[in-house]
Amino acid sequence: MIKVRQLVKRFGQTTVLDGIDLDIQQGEIIVVIGPSGTGKSTLLRCLNFLEQPDAGTLEIGDLEVDVTRATRQQILAVRRRTAFVFQNYALFANKTALENIAERLVVVDRWPEEKAQVLARKILERVGLADRADAFPVSLSGGQQQRVGIGRAMAAQADVILFDEPTSALDPEWVGEVLSVMKTLAEERQTMLVVTHEMGFARDVADRVIFMDEGRIVEQGPPSQLFESPRDPRTRSFLRKVLSENALIGE
Amino acid sequence: MDILDFDYMLGLVPVLLSYLPLTLAMAAAGMALALVLACLLAVIRVLKLPVLNGFTMLFISFFRGTPLLVQLFLFYYGLPQVLSFLTAINGITATIMGLTLHFSAYMAESIRAAIIGIDRSQTEAALSIGMTNGQLMRRIVLPQAARIAAPTLMNYFIDMIKATSLAFTLGVTELMGATQKEASGSFLYFEAFVTVALIYWGIVELLAWLQRQLEHRLNEAYRR
Repeated sequence: MIKVRQLVKRFGQTTVLDGIDLDIQQGEIIVVIGPSGTGKSTLLRCLNFLEQPDAGTLEIGDLEVDVTRATRQQILAVRRRTAFVFQNYALFANKTALENIAERLVVVDRWPEEKAQVLARKILERVGLADRADAFPVSLSGGQQQRVGIGRAMAAQADVILFDEPTSALDPEWVGEVLSVMKTLAEERQTMLVVTHEMGFARDVADRVIFMDEGRIVEQGPPSQLFESPRDPRTRSFLRKVLSENALIGE
Repeated sequence: MDILDFDYMLGLVPVLLSYLPLTLAMAAAGMALALVLACLLAVIRVLKLPVLNGFTMLFISFFRGTPLLVQLFLFYYGLPQVLSFLTAINGITATIMGLTLHFSAYMAESIRAAIIGIDRSQTEAALSIGMTNGQLMRRIVLPQAARIAAPTLMNYFIDMIKATSLAFTLGVTELMGATQKEASGSFLYFEAFVTVALIYWGIVELLAWLQRQLEHRLNEAYRR
């Protein structure tokens, strides 16, 4: 169980997150949607201190952190209980696919190398890349790189995996394979918080969809409710825009 | 009369080569120490560690801003007058010290540039899996920076080998010092210095060839 209370983030004069409250149940799959620049990514990045939030509290399991007074130890603890999937994959260029996944187990969790490799191999199999274990990121396609990125997050066995627009940088031909790996994870009830523009994924996979605008959570609910009968005019206008675009490209 | 006394030169080669190990040892020791120091300085600069960053900038500024020869004289002839524990320092140690400090200042800047050149998102990824700053540097950043900085660092090593010839001014009989002695015995200055020049040149060319091999291997893992 994860509890976020009154999370605030400012960049200079601009308030990017304006008091976010969010509860995430274990095994819940949440998709965050909303116009660009409304703080969706910033929310994810604040949850593991890639950005230092300006106010609020964060609770992950039995770990409680006042973000303004977080110690280095607390920040490390939060990062070790969360995992992050980046828009641009951000694989370690000097490590093979297998090493990218095993890295955390060896360095952070201090597993023996062999044990880490066994788990990393299993994960590679699950993301469908068992045959590319020794490939360096540069020789993998975008879709393959992102699947390794997801594998790296899976290795963390984290309380939640944070997905920051995981398919936005991909060529259209690779989007499907990445989404299908994410769907498998969702079926296994891996807790996920996903920022995405893939409305189909949100509708099919999410337990709850959150619509954010201007640094606030405007509306949230099960996808059927949010997509079929949104209450807030901002949600309606956003959905009208993106869904008609999706309809145009034949979704 | 011939322009060059070839027999003299041929006879001189083995004599001079017997001093080559000392020259190479000073360069190797200087390089190893300079690498360690340069990495530390570069990391301090990149992470902008408080206080240390200021000292580092002053250090780099001084050692890049003054001639190596001045620094060597300062360590060997100057400092022992005020710091009595340095009186025991010999020319070889002073040379290695001078080379280390001087070259680490240059190398720190090229390592820093290499570190900055690495995609920032990899740093974020490393932090996101819970690595400490130290682990991030050792496991992800420095290995990649080393690959980027390798050609430049190799150039500094080549430069350092040639710079060991300054040790002769501190009374060390290394390659250059030995040549000087031989030349003043035989009065064949031209032959002696042409010979030593060829020896330095040969070593540098050999290293340049090794550098190309090394770069080829370092890049292999990154080729598509």
